[in-house]
Amino acid sequence: MADMTATLPGQRRRPFVMRYPSVLVFLICLSLFSVGATILSEGFGIGIISTSFIKTLGKTLCLCLVALAMDLVWGYCGILSLGHMAFFGLGGYAIGMWLMYERTRLIVAENLALGPLPPTPQELSDGIATQIFGVVGASEFPPIWAFAHSLPLQLLAVVLVPGLLALVFGWLAFRSRVTGVYLSILTQAMTLALSLYLFQNDSGLRGNNGLSGLQNLPGLDDVGQDALSVYFLWASAFALGGGYVLATWIVSGKFGSVLRGIRDDEARVRFLGYPVEGFKLFVFSLSAVIAGIAGALYYPQAGIINPAELAPIASIYLAVWVAIGGRGRLYGAVIGAAFVSLLSTWFTGGQAPDVVIGPLRIQWVDWWTVLLGLSFVGVTLFAPKGISGIVDWIAERRAPDRHGKDLGPAPGSLREQEGQE
Amino acid sequence: MALNFRGLCVLAFCLIAAPALPQNSEAPVQQLLQEHGEIIAKGSRKSIGPAIDALAASGLPAAQVVLQRWQAKEMWRNKDSGLFVFGEKDGKELRASDVSNGAEIGTFEAKGFKQLKPNSGVRGMIGAALVQFQLSDPNPEKRLVALRAIERDPEASHLVALRGAIAGEEDPDLLASKERLERLLTIRFGETDEERITAIAAFDGDLGVDVRAALNPLVRTRIEVAESLPDDAGIAGTVAVDGETLTRDNAYALLVEADLAPPTVQKSDIAAALVANIENGAVAGIEVASLDNDAARALAYAELAKREIVPPAATEAEIDAALATYVFFERFIGAPPAVAEAALAALKDIEAKVALNQAADLALDAVSLASIYFLAAIGLAITFGVMGVINMAHGEFIMMGAYSGYVVQLFVPDHTLSLLIALPTAFAVTFAGGVAMERLVIRWLYHRPLETLLATFGISIALQQIAKNIFGTQARPLTAPDWLDGSLAFNDVVSISYIRIAIFVLALLFLALFLFVMNRTRLGLEVRAVTQNPRMAASMGINPDRINMLTFGFGSGIAGIAGVAIGLYAKVTSEMGQDYIVQSFMTVVVGGVGNIWGALLGASMVGTLQKGIEWLNPSNTLAAQTYMILFIILFIQFRPRGIIALKGRAAEA
Repeated sequence: MADMTATLPGQRRRPFVMRYPSVLVFLICLSLFSVGATILSEGFGIGIISTSFIKTLGKTLCLCLVALAMDLVWGYCGILSLGHMAFFGLGGYAIGMWLMYERTRLIVAENLALGPLPPTPQELSDGIATQIFGVVGASEFPPIWAFAHSLPLQLLAVVLVPGLLALVFGWLAFRSRVTGVYLSILTQAMTLALSLYLFQNDSGLRGNNGLSGLQNLPGLDDVGQDALSVYFLWASAFALGGGYVLATWIVSGKFGSVLRGIRDDEARVRFLGYPVEGFKLFVFSLSAVIAGIAGALYYPQAGIINPAELAPIASIYLAVWVAIGGRGRLYGAVIGAAFVSLLSTWFTGGQAPDVVIGPLRIQWVDWWTVLLGLSFVGVTLFAPKGISGIVDWIAERRAPDRHGKDLGPAPGSLREQEGQE
Repeated sequence: MALNFRGLCVLAFCLIAAPALPQNSEAPVQQLLQEHGEIIAKGSRKSIGPAIDALAASGLPAAQVVLQRWQAKEMWRNKDSGLFVFGEKDGKELRASDVSNGAEIGTFEAKGFKQLKPNSGVRGMIGAALVQFQLSDPNPEKRLVALRAIERDPEASHLVALRGAIAGEEDPDLLASKERLERLLTIRFGETDEERITAIAAFDGDLGVDVRAALNPLVRTRIEVAESLPDDAGIAGTVAVDGETLTRDNAYALLVEADLAPPTVQKSDIAAALVANIENGAVAGIEVASLDNDAARALAYAELAKREIVPPAATEAEIDAALATYVFFERFIGAPPAVAEAALAALKDIEAKVALNQAADLALDAVSLASIYFLAAIGLAITFGVMGVINMAHGEFIMMGAYSGYVVQLFVPDHTLSLLIALPTAFAVTFAGGVAMERLVIRWLYHRPLETLLATFGISIALQQIAKNIFGTQARPLTAPDWLDGSLAFNDVVSISYIRIAIFVLALLFLALFLFVMNRTRLGLEVRAVTQNPRMAASMGINPDRINMLTFGFGSGIAGIAGVAIGLYAKVTSEMGQDYIVQSFMTVVVGGVGNIWGALLGASMVGTLQKGIEWLNPSNTLAAQTYMILFIILFIQFRPRGIIALKGRAAEA
């Protein structure tokens, strides 16, 4: 997606969509997919696809969105973040707090209303706190739940908490010129620290129990899960579409060129006078925000979030998806996330047939991770462009790029050079 | 008198009709019992003393058995002859045996005998007498067992027995134990304040847990309240109502309890009172629907109080005024004031000394944790630090080493031997793994660190899952040999387990091995040459490929041995590598890449930090790790290249 269509002076800039046809193709594919899934769903269509599979598809779209964010920092800016699922998880926690609070509040209020006296605010809050935190032996709201009663504030937190964490972390890391593998390990340490913190019972987020029951939207008890799942599928699709357009816009033009410059040779871009740290910080924080939004859409579909979701391995899988899909191109990240996560669902779901080699019986539930790990090695070694390398391969077939290639029958017959002399 | 009595006994014996008891009524024990026959039969706690004392002091070997069976209600007395037998009741019959030697006498009708049923008071006295027997037992082991039994469950009655048993003790260790226990018991059960205070003073600065356990109950206090501070001796000090030792609610509750203030009405009581007085949807004229806050409820309650339906509630201002009027103070309830003061002073000294020793213990813990991290990181210091190859599968090499040790142990049951075999086996397995990995993957990715990281992550995931598939998810034990069991205890506070000492020694050994290999061998020279400038090294006739392969294998092999060491004290699971990988990288990064001393310093720092934070927040080791990682992230801000930063051209590479 190199910006090879730079406009010459005097030439009229072609519209954005025309310059980046992949956006249009992507949006069309996404809409077709969403419409198709809706038609086949149980909630609004003919019911071929089960509600749980609709949820899987919706979740996959969210994973594609976070992969997109990952590709933005890694593929375009060269920052291999091994902590992006922390932002994803934080987004999920932020929305989960409201979902859990509001639903518990409705239930508790209903129960208290049966009593002879109308409940005081204190009684109501105590009741909710006991319901939510009884499992970790507490009965008071920790300070971080101060805004849980308000949906707008928690929605703001979905964006702000990952964004600010990324901003502070990135500022600390980039200003002291931590780069490359050091940065990767540091981001991994960040997500490890966060998940260890959340595992504690007194972290205020229910320790290893996590937040649960998130699939039930408060106040929408009448709407069945079959309809809700389709709504969430659409919401995820919109977010993914929006994220794709935004990411394409960011990596296009001069800004995108600087990002790719930083990826390829940071020192040189710095010498050219660009504030490298500022660029990196912006992209890192933006992608954290996108990851947070993806998480906020994912966990209501998953229904439960716990600190294990923030463990370092999750972020590594994210890197695996992007690498297998093909980093440095946005559709590659999406393809990788969708392909690998759906495949992984299929293999670990037990539907895949066992492979029998003589006396050995390979069960995919056990061996899928091995295959994934090894294919990751394979991709790194043999196909650095990942799955989307196929696109290049096809494009080359259509219009072979023969610069510097042998044009004659014998090796070394470089007709191109000869012509120039 | 005795002769006369014996004569009577013989007479009585002759007078027994049938069946004649082939019982040795001449036995000294029987005679002793007969001497006190009446009071024994009476079994009153007040009068039984001389009988028990006589038995205990008799020095007869049978006396102990008699006391035991008497205590167990197994002694019977012939109603006619007054002779004592051991008996087991079987229906209406009694199987009797001789008190002097336990020999079976025969079976009789139970009617003719009376069972001795000592009450609990008497049993206690017998028990105390028995204790003295055990404490003076000729077998030192039995004496020790008796001492331990008293330590576990001391009673006031033991004190006398113990004092009686000190004089005859010959074994110096046991004598010391006995004297110590005597002082401990004196602290708890001593009769006069003076002897208790003397005993307390003797323990000044003693670190024993038992001393603290004996002293702590003495300094217990109870919070009381009065108009002014009483000036009797039992006052420990005044207490402020600041929410720390005494909350406002509790303080007021004390006042209420002492009838110094009217009771408050809890919110729940208010609610209950309101509910009880709902009339036509309103309470005292206030609509129920509006009672959804505390102010409205208080108003409604006040209205009820005005109508004298409920007692008035104390207002907040009244509560504050009452609290200000009275003084709250602590009174010693565990012991007389003088003893409590002495105990408090002794405890204070002991606490200070305990704190000092805890610091020492903490330092030992930190050192042992540091050596574990160092062991885990030393392989990494070679592959990452020296070669610059980032190997995320390093943790899995640790895991492979630990599983090798486990497999060896399956075949070699002797733990010492299996450990000796396991160490080279683990090295061989992981060396081979490392070489294979370097040949197949890493060498294609030199100078592309991010891709190396990704590829090795792929290997890490695969290896972990393979281990899970082979060995299952449950933890496998890697048992340490017996001579590594237990721990080296300096006192009750400072101790370190032998395994940790072994790991520490192993870490030192590896440091030495590393230094030797790198600085004194041909391989080390070539490794350093290839690291500094591969082309120049190659032109000097060194094969860089071979050296890279061997170096990587060496680093991985050390990880394998570290795995055996870690497996000895932690469980072996497929995920154990993950627990160490981040810390290992932290260690190397904090210490400074490319320097073994850096890794050592890094490990010390990470270990000390983690233990230090755990000490500040002992309930929570997870929090300790969190804060440690945060600290390291900040530390890297100030020294991005680690504690020992390479200077010059090597740093740029």
